[in-house]
Amino acid sequence: MSVKTVLLKGNEALAEGSVQAGCRFFFGYPITPQNEIPEYMSRRMPEVGGVFLQSESELAAINMVFGASACGARAMTSSSSPGISLKQEGISFLAGAQLPAVIVNVQRGGPGLGNISASQADYFQAVKGGGHGDYHMLVYAPASVQEAYDLAIKAFEKADEYRNPVMILADGVLGQMMEPVKLKTPKLRKFEKPWALTGCEGREPNVVKSLFMGDGELERMNYVLHKKYQRMKRAETMAEEFMLDDAELVVAAYGIAARIAKSAVREMRNAGKKVGLIRPVTLFPFPEKAYQGAALFAKKFLTIEMNLGQMVEDVRLAVNGKRPVEFYGRPGGGVPTPGELYKVMMKHYPKGLKKS
Amino acid sequence: MKNDVIIAGFGGQGVLLAGKLLAWAGMLGGKFVTWFPSYGAEMRGGTANCTVIISDEEIGSPVVDSPGALIAMNEASAVRFSGNVGRGGVIILNSSLVKEDIKKPGRRIYKIPANEIAGEIGNPRVVNMVMLGAYLKVSGAASIGQITRALEESLPSRNRHLLNANVSALGKGYSQVG
Repeated sequence: MSVKTVLLKGNEALAEGSVQAGCRFFFGYPITPQNEIPEYMSRRMPEVGGVFLQSESELAAINMVFGASACGARAMTSSSSPGISLKQEGISFLAGAQLPAVIVNVQRGGPGLGNISASQADYFQAVKGGGHGDYHMLVYAPASVQEAYDLAIKAFEKADEYRNPVMILADGVLGQMMEPVKLKTPKLRKFEKPWALTGCEGREPNVVKSLFMGDGELERMNYVLHKKYQRMKRAETMAEEFMLDDAELVVAAYGIAARIAKSAVREMRNAGKKVGLIRPVTLFPFPEKAYQGAALFAKKFLTIEMNLGQMVEDVRLAVNGKRPVEFYGRPGGGVPTPGELYKVMMKHYPKGLKKS
Repeated sequence: MKNDVIIAGFGGQGVLLAGKLLAWAGMLGGKFVTWFPSYGAEMRGGTANCTVIISDEEIGSPVVDSPGALIAMNEASAVRFSGNVGRGGVIILNSSLVKEDIKKPGRRIYKIPANEIAGEIGNPRVVNMVMLGAYLKVSGAASIGQITRALEESLPSRNRHLLNANVSALGKGYSQVG
């Protein structure tokens, strides 16, 4: 069977991937630059017998996701930075109740209402737990429209596999840009959900909750979650390595920043400079081993983000003082250009370093 | 081979659509393509622009510092973007609306009276296709046949009757460039 290739926006690819993954409940509230997701879903959901609902608020949307997921359905919501802040309580509750869900954040500039330009300023919020409590989401960071489609499908599978909310951390450029997408029909796994609220006739009632008041009960619960996160670290870490062989300067960047950096890395290679790139595809779990491995041969690291220094902390933890880790960032919706990053890479290119 | 172009003009002139068709045509030609719009606060009468890249190789940044070509559909866009076009690049101006004498040494400048040509065709809305046709001739980024197929695939059925006017505009723009 031939696979159809179409030209889609990143937002549309995220939406179509979700439909292909069997998502049948979309709840959301409008905000730029992710509006093509609800727009697309408002057309597609009725076609596939699903529910599209524009809620009265972001809080309502995330709690509708909670409800649909508790009943065993594949459900999602999408928003952009300020709206994602509003959903944090619900995300913490999803994690606490061990409910699968997919949350898309097409990041824009912040803090506050910020602006509508692309940004990567929500890294901490996504990766370190934006809501309260000791929890994590699996966080995917697509860097192309095809990857947005593919990771949307994966997000639903992994959410069910781990019974955990999964975030797709995109940004305004990725959401708005168009690229060809191969609409591969996924082979979906079948997940039994014996915990779901499906009507308890003939069985014990299920309870879905995040409140554990018994003596030691919550502590045990936290260890259950912790084991899950450890399992994710072992099994789900993903990173792309680009021109890494013999690299003396290794660039760390994710999402759209990684893509722009890739153009600059190519230019650096054309100029005879040994520069490579490690692009995390999962932000949690963070691909620390990829950076540790590169620290064995690279002289220096350079983290590039569209914020003033968030992921760089994780790169530094991974490199663990073995090599210097420099940083370059553009905050507040600023999007770097390849020429700009070329100059930054030239500036940080290791020269005159004595061999240790 | 890599062609990158900024298409800019008034909102409502079909700037984003022209870019989308170009990207679509590139895709039909088996190329890597990206299309990136100015987005958000755009409205009819405001300004709009998009960047399209068509390449034989994987495309890194969808944003370019210095495009190889500019299609400026109005004067404001010509003034704003013509300075960005790199040496050896191409600037295609809609001379119906760009009255300022844009001069950029080392860049080829083509002046296309696109509004008048669209008027002759009898549909003032195909200005974008006239300009796109001129760009196809200058750049070879895609063929008229590929754009026509992109139009056929992307036009909603209610707009099928506009196909001929669009194809005719592409051809007129194409033949404007010697």
